[in-house]
Amino acid sequence: MNLDTTTLIAILAMAAVTYLTRIAGLFVADRLVLTGRAKAAFDAIPPAVLVAVIAPTALTTGWAEAIAAAITAVAAFRLPLLGTVAVGVIAVVVLRNVL
Amino acid sequence: MDQANPFVSTPRRDIRAGLRDIAPVAVAAVPIGLLFGAVAVAKGMSPLEVTLMSALVFAGGAQFAAIETWVSPAPILTLAFATLLINARHVLMGASLTPKVRMSRVQTLLAYFFLTDEAWALSERRALERPVTGAYWIAMAVVLWANWTLSSTIGAILGSFLGDPERIGADFAFTALFIGLVAGFGKSRVTLVTVAVSAGVAALVHLFVGAPWHVASGALAGIAAAYLAAPEEARS
Repeated sequence: MNLDTTTLIAILAMAAVTYLTRIAGLFVADRLVLTGRAKAAFDAIPPAVLVAVIAPTALTTGWAEAIAAAITAVAAFRLPLLGTVAVGVIAVVVLRNVL
Repeated sequence: MDQANPFVSTPRRDIRAGLRDIAPVAVAAVPIGLLFGAVAVAKGMSPLEVTLMSALVFAGGAQFAAIETWVSPAPILTLAFATLLINARHVLMGASLTPKVRMSRVQTLLAYFFLTDEAWALSERRALERPVTGAYWIAMAVVLWANWTLSSTIGAILGSFLGDPERIGADFAFTALFIGLVAGFGKSRVTLVTVAVSAGVAALVHLFVGAPWHVASGALAGIAAAYLAAPEEARS
């Protein structure tokens, strides 16, 4: 069981930041009412981050990954989460063998 | 103060309600946890590190993002910043939920360690009918936390026997998972603009500048695009 010091510090930093976001709402309740553009920007944070993380894999790795990502996106609006993952994984394996 | 009637909440009844509400969520999270553990090990983490991350961070989205961009040695500030961006939504959830929970301030500070999208959504639904008690919250929280920590640990242990993740397409599993999660935010014009700008900027920055800068730059560009694309005084 190995535990890298840098990895441990990274995990603790992630944990501390996450806990702060969890309790911060306790102190701003009743005061944090976002409307209009500010709310749109705040609501956009999760999809913006998720997309930024996967964009290199999905768009610039190769045709197999790009086409599989497009197939996954179509499936994502019709299937539950696990079905979407299955479609994506199968698509990329098949495409890597075909292309 | 409460009259004896079948609708009054007792700790035992609240625990049972919490377990009933969280059960389907926990079942659905098992394969996701297994997947997380297996891919984390393939990226170079040890099973012990996977267990610690799931137990202490306990935030799927941030953990997926960390693993997807994982390099050794771990870029501490980059990971912390990405975690902050992804988990900033907790602030709104906590602010909205706090007037509806029946717990002391200290209890709430402890209880909110377990704040997740799922626990929040279920609590908001329950709060429509009755206050959210500590018993209800802890029943949900402990089940979901133990379930997540255990399933990702098992995934990590099994993953070390799985071998090369690319052979079975497991390296693409997170990409597919993220696409599924993004689809959950809907097809509104603002969301589509956000996704397009974030994807374009992240891909370009990754090509010309390199990792891990694509995450922050793509995300910030997407957020700015949402701000500009939204109507100035929308009510929601």
